[in-house]
Amino acid sequence: MVRLTHDVIDYHELTESVRTSDSGAVVLFLGTVREMTGERRTLALDYDCYPEMAESQLVQLERQAQTRWPIERVGIIHRLGHLELGDISVAVAVSCAHRQQAFEAGQFLIDQLKLVVPIWKKENWSDGTTEWVHPGADSVSGTDAAVPPASKSYP
Amino acid sequence: MKLQLRLFAKARDLVGQEYVEVDLDDSARVSDLKIALNRAFPQLEPLMPGLLFAVGTDYAGDDVRLADNGQVACFPPVSGG
Repeated sequence: MVRLTHDVIDYHELTESVRTSDSGAVVLFLGTVREMTGERRTLALDYDCYPEMAESQLVQLERQAQTRWPIERVGIIHRLGHLELGDISVAVAVSCAHRQQAFEAGQFLIDQLKLVVPIWKKENWSDGTTEWVHPGADSVSGTDAAVPPASKSYP
Repeated sequence: MKLQLRLFAKARDLVGQEYVEVDLDDSARVSDLKIALNRAFPQLEPLMPGLLFAVGTDYAGDDVRLADNGQVACFPPVSGG
């Protein structure tokens, strides 16, 4: 299951939705809005996305995870719009028979989400400026720069 | 062809529009689009090295052809999560 929403994420409901009697382990990851980035202070974040592609990429990530780990159930919810400090921007829940698989799959999903899913956040800094976050936007890759960087290696 | 391109995030802000039209040969690929974009929207120059392209809902490398392949989108590196 994947969902993009402007509503507050109900992570309890998400977690419950992946529990099964075949799962011995349920892992829930929450991404939250953090105040400090180095010396700079965030007041709020604005999230935007390319909806059709974000949804498609999230589904593809779940499928990739399901081929690599024996996943019982998985769900990802990403919130869009204006978020305050401490708000939950993303929730990933995954269930497996054993905890090592659940932890690894969960980490893979959030790590890859941050690399490939067309969602962007805009910082509202305490100095009054706003700034889109585009990691390495002006760096020259040297190779075909049109695809996202390769994922780190997973077990 | 007149290609309609959808822009996001800072690319959209720099150009000032969500959708732009770019004139291209019918046989054009992403690499051709990059050249045309540079020419039509020089304000995108700082973003060009890391700019990503998608056709339909898939990322598209330089060699991907654009005609009749679905919506083309262009955006800087992502920052979800």
